[in-house]
Amino acid sequence: MSAGQMIEVRGLTKRYGATLAVDDLSFAVRPGLVTGFLGPNGAGKTTTMRLILGLDRPTGGEATVGGRRYRDLPAPLRAVGALLDSKAMHPGRRARSQLVCLAQSNGIPVRRVDEVLGLVGLDPVARHRSGGFSLGMSQRLGIAAALLGDPAVLMFDEPANGLDPEGIVWARQLMRGLAAEGRTVLVSSHLMSEMALTADHLIVIGQGRLLRDQGVSEFTQTSSRPWVLVRSPRLDELAARLTAAGARVRPGPDASIEVSGMDSAAIGNLASASGLVLHQLATQRASLEEAFMELTHDSVQYRPAGTVA
Amino acid sequence: MSAVAAGPGTAAPGRDRRPATFADALRCEWTKIRTVRSTFWTLLVAAVLAIGFGALFSAVAAHHYARETLAGRAGWDPTSISTSGLGLAQLAIEVLGVLVITSEYSTGSIRTSLAAVPRRGRFLAAKATVLTAVSLMAGEVMAFATFLIGQALISGQAPTASFGQPGVLRAVIGAGLCLAALGLFGVALGALLRHPAAAIAVLVAVVFVLPGIAAALPARIERNVEEYWPTTAGAQVTAVIHGTHQLGPWPGFGLMCLFIAAAMAAAFLLLARRDT
Repeated sequence: MSAGQMIEVRGLTKRYGATLAVDDLSFAVRPGLVTGFLGPNGAGKTTTMRLILGLDRPTGGEATVGGRRYRDLPAPLRAVGALLDSKAMHPGRRARSQLVCLAQSNGIPVRRVDEVLGLVGLDPVARHRSGGFSLGMSQRLGIAAALLGDPAVLMFDEPANGLDPEGIVWARQLMRGLAAEGRTVLVSSHLMSEMALTADHLIVIGQGRLLRDQGVSEFTQTSSRPWVLVRSPRLDELAARLTAAGARVRPGPDASIEVSGMDSAAIGNLASASGLVLHQLATQRASLEEAFMELTHDSVQYRPAGTVA
Repeated sequence: MSAVAAGPGTAAPGRDRRPATFADALRCEWTKIRTVRSTFWTLLVAAVLAIGFGALFSAVAAHHYARETLAGRAGWDPTSISTSGLGLAQLAIEVLGVLVITSEYSTGSIRTSLAAVPRRGRFLAAKATVLTAVSLMAGEVMAFATFLIGQALISGQAPTASFGQPGVLRAVIGAGLCLAALGLFGVALGALLRHPAAAIAVLVAVVFVLPGIAAALPARIERNVEEYWPTTAGAQVTAVIHGTHQLGPWPGFGLMCLFIAAAMAAAFLLLARRDT
C-alpha cells in the first residue's frame, strides 16, 4: 500500500485556555494494521482525532491524511471515515436520511446507504428516527456513516462503547477485516484488554504526550519485566539464598514467592546446588492491562480520592 | 470473511473519485431540511399566522373604513393590510432559520456535518441558500394567498387593490422577499450565537422590541429609527403608500439586505475560526 493513506501527526499541540490537551504529539498511523490509540480518560485521544478531522484548530503542529490536511481533501468522506461520537446526529431524523445527507454531501451514490445499513445490521430500523436508538444502535449507525464513502482511512473513537458482547466481537472482526483489506485503521480505547485482542500496533498517550509507539508484542516485552513464581517446602531458606545471590524476592500468593532479577534457570540451579526441593518454578509476565496501568499511572488525570497510589 | 466492510463492488480503497462540490452540499442541506419535523411545523405555524391574521386585519380594517377621516382614507393601503399577517409569520420563518444551524450545535450533529463538508464557507453557504430558497417559496405563496383572501374580504366595504395598480405587484412580491431575507437573518444569528434561545432572543429584540421602544423616544429620533432601522426600512418594500419619513421600497429593502449581509459575513468569519 502506498504512503498515500498514512495519518501523520507532527508536533501537534492543542491548548484550551489553561489546559494543554495535546502536547507536541508526533506519530504516524500506517495502512494494513489496526492501530490502537490508548490512554486513560482525558489523555487527549478524542482531541487528537478532532484535530485530525479539522474540527478543532491546532495551537501548533499539523495533522495530515495522505499528505493533505483534512480540510483540503477533495471528497473527505471518500478518504476518511470517522466514528467520533455516535450521538452526533439529529435525533429527529430517520437513520437512512442521516446517511443519505452524508452520501449526497460527498457525491456518494445513494444505493451505498442501503449497503452500509445492511452491513451494520440496521436495515430493519432504517426508517426509524435515530433519537430512539440505544447506544449500541447509535454506535452501529456511526460505524455505517464511517464506512459510507468506502474510505482508505478509518478512525473509531471508543467503538466498543454501548455495544453488547456480540457487538464487540463484530466490531473487532470488522476492524481486523478493514485492516486486512489494506486500510489504515485507528481505534481509540481506554481498555487495554480490548486493544490486546484487536490491535497490531499501539500508540499510547498520557496527558497529551506520546508514551509509546510500538507493536503490541514489543509493548508487552518492554513494558513489563518478567518474574518467577517459586514454591518450595523450605521457602524461607530458599528466599534467603536467592536474596544473598542478588535476586529481589517478595511474598507471592498461597505460600509462594515472586522472584525478579534472576531467571528460572538460575533459580533452579541455585536450588539444586543448595539441595532445596522446588514444587513450582514458573516465569510470569504482566498482562497488557497491568503493563498499561503501570505505564500510564503517572498521567492518570481522574483518580478517585482515597485510592492508594 | 463476514466482516468485509467495503461491501460488493468496491475495488482498491483510497481510489480518488470526483471531488465534492457546492451542489453536493446543497443537495445534502436540502435533504436535511426536508427530513426533520421542525421544518413542517414552523412552516405550518407561519402559514396559519399569515393567513389567519391577514384575513382578520383585512376584515377589521374594511369594517372601519366607512368611519375613517379623509386623511385616514388617503393612507388606505389595502395591499399592505392584506399581507400584514406576514409580519407575524416572519417570526416562525426566522425561528426556522435559527434552528437549521443551532440544532446542529444542540444535537452535536455539527461534528458529523463539518467532517462531511469541512470547508466552513461551503457548509454555511449551502445552509443559507437552502433556507432562503425555502423561505422565499413559502413567503411568496403566503403573500399571494393572503393578498387574494384579503382583497376578497375588503371588497364591497372599501377600495381594493389589484395587480394592475402601480406598486401593488411589487409590494406583494416584496412581502415574500422580506420573509426570505429575515429567514436568512435567522441563519446568521444562529451561526453567530450557536444557542437557539440566545439567537431567538436577539432576533425578537432586533425585529420587534427595539423598533417598538423607539415610539417612546423624542419624535426626531423616532423618525430616524423608523426610517433607517434595518427591519422597518426593509418593510417598506411591502407597502404601496409611503410616509414622508420613510425610505423608498427598494432603498429600504436594500438597507435591510446590507445589514443581513453584514451579519452573515460575521458568521462566516467566526465559523472559519472557531473550534467545533
